[in-house]
Amino acid sequence: MSTGTTKLDVVVSDVVPVNELVTRFHFRRRDGQLLPTFSGGAHVVVEMRDGERTRLNPYSLMGSPLDTREYTISVRRDDAGRGGSLFMHRHVRRGHEMVISYPVNLFSLDLRARKHLMLAGGIGITPFMAQTAQLAADGGNFELHYTCRTASLGTYADLLRQRYERRVRLYHDDRDERIELDRLLSSQPLGTHLYVCGPSGMIGWVCDRAAALGWPAETVHFEHFAAPQPGAPFDVTLAVSGKTIRVGEQQSLLEAIEAAGVDPPYLCRGGVCGQCETNVIAHDGNFIHNDHWLSEEEHRSCKKIMPCVSRFEGRSLVLER
Amino acid sequence: MGITFRKETFRDDFTFSNSPEHIRRFPFPFHEDSYMYAVNIEPHVLGPKGSVLENLIDVDEHYVAEMQDRALVLAEDPLRCQSLPHMTLAGWDLLELLMEQQALGYPEHFTLTRDGDKWRWINRPLGIDDSFTFGDVSTVPYGPMEYITRQSQGDFCILDQRDGNLWMDAGMVTTQADWSLDFDIGMNFFEWHAPVPLAHEKGIFVRALKFLTNIQQGKPARRLNWTMTINPRLDTSPENYHKWGPDRATVTPENVGDKVHLRVELQSFWRLPRSNGIVFPIRCYLIKMDELVTQPKWARRLHRVIRDLPEELANYKGLTRYRATLVEWLSKLDDGSPTSPGFGPD
Ligand code: FES
Repeated sequence: MSTGTTKLDVVVSDVVPVNELVTRFHFRRRDGQLLPTFSGGAHVVVEMRDGERTRLNPYSLMGSPLDTREYTISVRRDDAGRGGSLFMHRHVRRGHEMVISYPVNLFSLDLRARKHLMLAGGIGITPFMAQTAQLAADGGNFELHYTCRTASLGTYADLLRQRYERRVRLYHDDRDERIELDRLLSSQPLGTHLYVCGPSGMIGWVCDRAAALGWPAETVHFEHFAAPQPGAPFDVTLAVSGKTIRVGEQQSLLEAIEAAGVDPPYLCRGGVCGQCETNVIAHDGNFIHNDHWLSEEEHRSCKKIMPCVSRFEGRSLVLER
Repeated sequence: MGITFRKETFRDDFTFSNSPEHIRRFPFPFHEDSYMYAVNIEPHVLGPKGSVLENLIDVDEHYVAEMQDRALVLAEDPLRCQSLPHMTLAGWDLLELLMEQQALGYPEHFTLTRDGDKWRWINRPLGIDDSFTFGDVSTVPYGPMEYITRQSQGDFCILDQRDGNLWMDAGMVTTQADWSLDFDIGMNFFEWHAPVPLAHEKGIFVRALKFLTNIQQGKPARRLNWTMTINPRLDTSPENYHKWGPDRATVTPENVGDKVHLRVELQSFWRLPRSNGIVFPIRCYLIKMDELVTQPKWARRLHRVIRDLPEELANYKGLTRYRATLVEWLSKLDDGSPTSPGFGPD
């Protein structure tokens, strides 16, 4: 089976600066048709042709799933990142033709929930934009708690307040406002599902407190796309394809494998879906596992790696690809 | 052009049969002279014209009769169709998928017109012309899943995806090979597969689940499965075992050709867009031995496959009682010459 997802040819129909860090991009289908239906929490992988190289970044769809004339994503500029968000900010303009993937949802609503309790941090608000739209249209019960650094960086906070009023609660770091998490988690009605999306520290904190307070694991949902981290270059031998490649400082292992002409499977490119899992045949050195897919035990065993986000430091590495 | 729908029954007098064109398009499941259990999943893409894969949702000459048989099953046992409350959205997803695909593949028989959420569905073979509001349950005569699956051939299992697993939370199952929706509803992937033998190799299931949970919108997949049924019964459910179980003791050298049917299931797997659920349409094709052996290649190959089938598998597929009779009958049609590779007839 071929890899990734079906692709869509789109044109950028609008580019809207939202605040000093975030820009919103609108896509329409080049053939004028409707885009595929999606569900709240879905993302698309956006292909960026940056000179010689192709960057592939996942972004959550933030529009209402009820309107598929266009897709919208919001991109937070990351000046220290590997350049995908900078490319979007600097080079992508209205009229640009791009290729994106079909929507994939790795953060879907549990439709059995009697109530949906949502916790967002920073740009982690985007999947909730679509989820709240979906729930609101259907009379769904939700409550959103949104933390941001300052009011001016509260991306879409005003819009959400305007749309959903008291169902949205805002917290600003610069005013020392904090979610009273234990109280919040302890006061929810039975049948509530918890969703969290934001920086990994926040996700860890929320998941830990929920577990400590007795929330069953299947009622706690989180989405964290670990962007691949830059790091020291390293060499890899691909046993099946018989190639030896170098993974550059700003490149992910997955990208290096693709650049070598091998077509490995992937879906999220963020260490959460499990699709890119690869067996380690031999190694002399240390893994830097950045994924959220393998268990801690698997990390320790050094027998598997998720090439979309993980790296290696050491003398030699042989993978089954 | 259009399809000429047959008048036939799948019970009592068993008048079901395949036209010569339909024999040739039968999805014969053996591509070589032996059979081994495998997770043989491949992309569900369009196949050759005239085959059952000409459209992604196949409608054939048995459509009207099958829908009548389904209505009879449901009248006797409404539990064959169930949907847990959180699955209504997935039901709308399925309604959209089936209406779209049937209208696309068979415009002379089905028409779908949409104006926003105002939809009109015309199903000429069944004499239906309904207007409704997409998403509004009060505007369709049944729940959305039941409404459309009363008009679509095959069984349908709708699965909710959560906690890295799939849950059988809705379905329309009236033509099944010995399993029961009422028993499996609410179970997860491992629970409902628990009875399969030879798969103590749990690894197969872990891999299959991983594959299925990764099924992407716009990229359906499929596999073929097979068993045998005595008499062309669509409904071989555990609930009705007392009706079809004893049939197996009625096979004689004289009636093999008429009674024994190869039953092939074309299972496809689709991601549903709004609910993020997965649907497995399980489409059942029946062919009696007399029809099958009109294709000499299939006769020779089926003889070898059934003869060499491992004991446990033959037991699992319920063939034990009449296997010897069947092999003996088929052996007369096997001159020992080689069969060509691939599924199709020569
Ligand atoms: S692509 Fe999803 S974990 Fe690597």
